[in-house]
Amino acid sequence: MSAPPDPRVHLDREHCLKLLRTMMLIRRFEERCAELYGEQKIRGFLHLYIGEEANAVGVMQALTPEDAIVATYREHGHALARGLPATEVMAEMYGKATGSSRGRGGSMHIFDATRRFYGGNAIVGGGLPLAVGLALADKLREKTPVTCCFFGEGAAAEGEFHESLNLAALWKLPVLFVCENNRYAMGTALERSESEPDFCRHAASYRIPAEAVDGMDVVAVEFAARRAAQAIRDGAGPQFLENRTYRFRAHSMFDAELYRDKAEVEAWKQRCPIKRFRSWLIETGVVHDNDVAALERDVEAEVEAAVAFAEQASWEPEADLTRDVLTTLTPGGRR
Amino acid sequence: MTGSRRITYRDAVREALQEALRRDPRVFLMGEDVGRYGGSYGCSKGLLAEFGEARIRDTPLSESAFTGAGIGAALGGMRPIVEIMTVNFSLLALDQIVNSAATLRHMSGGQFSVPLVIRMATGAGRQLAAQHSHSLENWYAHVPGIKVVAPATVADARGMLWTALEDPDPVIIFEHAMLYNEEGDVPGGDSLTVPIDGAAIRRDGTDVSLITYGGSLKKVLAAADELAKEGISGEVIDLRSLRPLDERTILNSVEKTHRAVIVDEGWRSGSLAGEISARIMEGAFFALDWPVERVCSAEVPIPYARHLEIAATPQVPGIVSAVRRAMRR
Repeated sequence: MSAPPDPRVHLDREHCLKLLRTMMLIRRFEERCAELYGEQKIRGFLHLYIGEEANAVGVMQALTPEDAIVATYREHGHALARGLPATEVMAEMYGKATGSSRGRGGSMHIFDATRRFYGGNAIVGGGLPLAVGLALADKLREKTPVTCCFFGEGAAAEGEFHESLNLAALWKLPVLFVCENNRYAMGTALERSESEPDFCRHAASYRIPAEAVDGMDVVAVEFAARRAAQAIRDGAGPQFLENRTYRFRAHSMFDAELYRDKAEVEAWKQRCPIKRFRSWLIETGVVHDNDVAALERDVEAEVEAAVAFAEQASWEPEADLTRDVLTTLTPGGRR
Repeated sequence: MTGSRRITYRDAVREALQEALRRDPRVFLMGEDVGRYGGSYGCSKGLLAEFGEARIRDTPLSESAFTGAGIGAALGGMRPIVEIMTVNFSLLALDQIVNSAATLRHMSGGQFSVPLVIRMATGAGRQLAAQHSHSLENWYAHVPGIKVVAPATVADARGMLWTALEDPDPVIIFEHAMLYNEEGDVPGGDSLTVPIDGAAIRRDGTDVSLITYGGSLKKVLAAADELAKEGISGEVIDLRSLRPLDERTILNSVEKTHRAVIVDEGWRSGSLAGEISARIMEGAFFALDWPVERVCSAEVPIPYARHLEIAATPQVPGIVSAVRRAMRR
């Protein structure tokens, strides 16, 4: 087992470059996905995380390889931040056999057993009970990992949110609940769906320590996540973060965005987590313009390699259509 | 049977739970009132004292969360047994069962499996009215990615649980509520486990195939006794597994008897009986001497009053009549 991460944030140059690079990778990966969607290379639903990158990137810094992650259908960023190869994620977007789910999942269902990445759940709120169970398994086996459960504020209106918080608190399970509050449940604004829009108060009502975080500030997110993860590792039971964030793009590719003002979107774009962090790093002299240019080239190359990988990848044969429905019917597999 | 014992279905379930908890430290039981109360049907009485609160877990009334937690714990390497009081309440957990337990293996390209067992009571007969009496087994049997079994005998109640726990995929066990007080034999010796992948012929016959499962088996056997007095030889098939269906055993029987009567406590519309009938049409159409007959529940929410409840569900006289029709008697 690797040592738990240091609860403190060390903003040395190497770490800062890593944070910046991962956010840039997610941004560029998804911009490219939007283009590929236009070319009909990627089909189905495509939910972009653009604008919210600081959340996945910040939280992942607090997690070890032994920790488990449950994510949502807007999970490309979580997958990439967890270290899934962009090649496999992109191939899954294409529906290819070398995709992370062999083309069975697509954009909303990215999984990786080796990285304890439990998907990619497209039922809003559906991942919370799974996270509770993963944490319960660890607790029963007297293991110490944290299970980190990402969900949107829309999930907080589901019964499963309340049932899961209650159960996790009742049983003092090692779950880090991360509510990515991007203010809109698809097209329904927060104030139109929640009688209590302060999610920390929901968590507190279950006696779960909770903290609201600026989800547009990667360092603030990392700091809060490290503190919460450390509390869990110290045996304090579940912790809750409400990351206040915003998606810059539409809910999915079919959304005319009739439900919010362009001015509001523009105002949030001024708080872009990548621009903000990059400006700060340059102003403080931690990185220089040529570092950023190098990162841009590097990220561009990684994304283009992923596209090339997905393009040349083969399709799963139709003869294998029903494989992996049941374990016993699986005629031997890659994993 | 040498060394066999006569016990109740309830005791068989309890013994099976106890054996599983003793054999495998990864096994734990979780559900509403499974601990201090001893299980709403008394199946887990005494287990809390033997295994403790970590492994006999009373849950809040949160079907979706604790069923989902069972899925998560199975993903995390445990072998959970989730008890849902009745199939009627399982609808609150339907999302987790259908959208997660059944899909995760396929949706992840084979990376994850969900070795979870869910037990629940089903069926009518105790005058509990429309929210505690339904038979929705076929809703689950419709779904690829899960296995569905219905132990109709005490020996199956004793033996199916361990086999289900050893299965790497989610298995739902339906225990008909009217069976818990039934007595039956379990074999002596250590090997009480039974396979869960096939039907069983409970009575050999030559004139008509009587196909059923779960709580209706006893009624079908009683009908077969009555029919025998009229010189009609019924072959009784207990499906045991509702998904997958043991199509071969059904077709072999129909090819021999040329007639089939299906007895299913679910409603006729969209029923398991309809599915079995279709399989017989597809696989043994030219062997049939008479259209497949079905005896199902009336198309009504199961009512409270005793006589109405009886009228709504399959009973021996109705089964006998259906067989006589098929025999053109």
